[in-house]
Amino acid sequence: MVRLFLSGDGPQSKILGAVLLLILFTLAFAPFLFPGTRSLETAARICIFIVLVASYDLLLGYAGIVSFAHTMFFGMGAYGVALATRQMGTGYDALILGTLAGTALAAVFALIIALFSLRVRAIFFAMITLAIASAVAVLVSQLSAITGGEDGLNIRIPRELTPAFRPLDAPFWGVNISGRHLNYYLVFFSCLIMFLIMLRVVNSPFGRVLQAIRENAFRAEAIGYRVVYYRAVATVLSAAMAALAGAVFAIWLRYVGPATTLGVEIMLDILLIVVIGGMGTMYGAVVGTVVFVLAQNYLKDWMGGASESTAFLPLVPDLLNPDRWLMWLGILFILSVYFFPSGIVGRLRGKA
Amino acid sequence: MTQPSLETHDLTVRFGGHVAVDHVTCAFRPGELTAIVGPNGAGKTTYFNLISGQIPASEGSVLLSGEDITRLSIPARTERGLGRAFQLTNLFPKLTVLENVRLVVQSRMRRGFNIWTMALSHRDLIEAAEAVLERVRLSHLAHQTVAYLPHGDQRKLEVATLIAMEPKVFMFDEPTAGMSVDEAPVILDLIAEIKRNTDATVLLVEHKMDVIRSLADRIMVLHNGALVADGAPAEVMASAVVQEAYMGKELADV
Ligand SMILES: Nc1ncnc2c1ncn2[C@@H]1O[C@H](COP(=O)(O)OP(=O)(O)OP(=O)(O)O)[C@@H](O)[C@H]1O
Ligand SMILES: [Mg+2]
Repeated sequence: MVRLFLSGDGPQSKILGAVLLLILFTLAFAPFLFPGTRSLETAARICIFIVLVASYDLLLGYAGIVSFAHTMFFGMGAYGVALATRQMGTGYDALILGTLAGTALAAVFALIIALFSLRVRAIFFAMITLAIASAVAVLVSQLSAITGGEDGLNIRIPRELTPAFRPLDAPFWGVNISGRHLNYYLVFFSCLIMFLIMLRVVNSPFGRVLQAIRENAFRAEAIGYRVVYYRAVATVLSAAMAALAGAVFAIWLRYVGPATTLGVEIMLDILLIVVIGGMGTMYGAVVGTVVFVLAQNYLKDWMGGASESTAFLPLVPDLLNPDRWLMWLGILFILSVYFFPSGIVGRLRGKA
Repeated sequence: MTQPSLETHDLTVRFGGHVAVDHVTCAFRPGELTAIVGPNGAGKTTYFNLISGQIPASEGSVLLSGEDITRLSIPARTERGLGRAFQLTNLFPKLTVLENVRLVVQSRMRRGFNIWTMALSHRDLIEAAEAVLERVRLSHLAHQTVAYLPHGDQRKLEVATLIAMEPKVFMFDEPTAGMSVDEAPVILDLIAEIKRNTDATVLLVEHKMDVIRSLADRIMVLHNGALVADGAPAEVMASAVVQEAYMGKELADV
C-alpha cells in the first residue's frame, strides 16, 4: 500500500525514511503542534515550496533541462486565481477556474518554449526561458491596471477559508479552529497529492526515459526515443505543477505580487534547494525545502540573539548581525555542496 | 532474389572540401554478414553514421526494406529496424546493466510515453531484458552500475542492447576494439549466434582478418571514402586493388 503510494520508490535509507516521516507528521499536525500564526505560515510555505521545488527537480534532476522560467509558471497559477476572483467574485468556482486557467496557460507557454528551443542546444533553452521570464516579469509590473503592478493584487477567497470563520464553538485539541486552519489543510493535502503524482511520474516508464536522456541523450535517440518530445512533455508537466503550486500559494496568502511569485530571488531559492536536497531524487525537494525555509525564517532571529549575547567580543557580533544572514546561508550552501555533492538525500542514501 | 534489407545509393558526405564517403552504392540482404574494412580514416564509421542518421547525407539515399529513410530522424530509423552499436562504448553509465537493456526493450515495445504506471510493474519488459542478459551471460552483473564494469563487459552489454532491440539490420563498429585476446571471442560468438539464429543483415567493421574470414559472407573495402572492392572474402583478399589500396602487406600475409 505504502509502496503503491510511493510508486515503488522508497526512501532507500532508514534515516531518510525517518526524516521524511517526521516531516510528514509535523506538517500534518502543524496547526496543533505549533499553534502560532507564524509557524502556520512557515508550514504552509514549506508545503508549497516542496511541490514547487519537486516540479523543478522533475525538469532539472530527471530530464536534465535548465530553466529559469519556473517562477513564471508559478506566477501564472497565482495570477490566474487572482484575476479569476476579481472577475467572478468570491466563490469556489472562481478559485477552481482561475487555477485551471493559470495552469493551462503555463502548459501552453511551456509547450511553445519547449518545441521552439529544445530542438537546438540545451543552453539555448536556458537562455530563452531567462529572456521570456524577465519579459513577463516586466510586463506584469507594467500592466498595473490588470495585474496591480508592483503592489500586486489582494485576493478575496470564500469565508470558510479565512481566519474570520469559526466552525467550532470549543477549542479542538487546544486550538481554536478557524478557516485559516481549513485553508492550511487545503494546502497540505493538495501539496501531498501533487508530490505523490510527481513521484509516480518519475518512476513511470516515461520517467525512466527522462533519466536515460539526462544520462546520455545521444544514446537515448539511438535506441529509439524521440528526445525532443520527451523533454517537451517533461517541461509541460513541470510547468503545470508549478502553476498549480502557485494557485495554492495565492489562495493561502490571499495575495499575489511580483515579489512573492515571479522574483529572481525565488528562482535562485529553488535552484539552491534542489542542489542542497539532492537532484533527481524528489525527496531532495522535501528535505531541502525544510532545511532552507527554516534557515531562511529562523536564521535571522537566531543570529539576532547570538549577536546580542556576544556583544562583548570584537568582530563576532558584527558577523552575526542579522543583516548578514544571506552570507551565512551562502556559506551553508557552499559547505553543503562541498560535503554532499549529491545533496542531503544522495548522502543519506549512501551515494557520495 | 530477395529484396535487400538495406541499400545505399551514391551515398556521399562532404566535410568542407573533404569527401569522407564518396558515392557508395551497395545492397545488403537478409541473413548476410558483410565485413567492412579499410584503413584508418577510410570513412567506415562515417558510412555507418550516414545510414543510422547521426550525420545527414550530402548526396544519395539510404533505403531500409525499400523505404527511403535518408531524411528520417535517428529514432525513426531505429523504430524501422536499424540497430547500431558504436565504436566508442556508448551506454548509460550511471544506470544498471539491467536498466540499460530494459530501456531498449521498453523502446521496442513503445511504452516510453506511459506516464502513469510504475516502470516496475511492467514485468514483461524486465523479464525480456533479463532473458537477453542470460543469453549474453551477463545475468550475474544485472544490478551493477555500468560505469564500474570492466571495458570488456561494457562492450558485451552494448552487443546485448543491440540484441534486445531485435533489429533487421545490425551494425557493429569494431565491437572487439580494446578487448583482450580472451574476451574478444565472446563477442564474436554472439555475432555468430545472431547470424545463425536470425535472418538479420549484419554489417561489421573489423580489422582482424581471422575474424573476417571466419564470419563474413562478403567483404567491402572502403578507401578514401570510396568503395574499391566488394565481393566474396577469398576474391577480395586476393585482389590486387585491395592489396595495394588497403593494408597490402597485412592481407598478403594471411
Ligand atoms: N563530423 C566530422 N567532421 C569533419 N570530418 C569528419 C567528421 N567525421 C569524420 N570526419 C573525417 O572523415 C574521415 C573518415 O572518418 P571515419 O571515422 O569514418 O573513419 P574510419 O574508417 O571509421 O576510421 P577508423 O578505422 O579510425 O575508425 C576522417 O578523415 C575524419 O577525420
Ligand atoms: Mg571508425
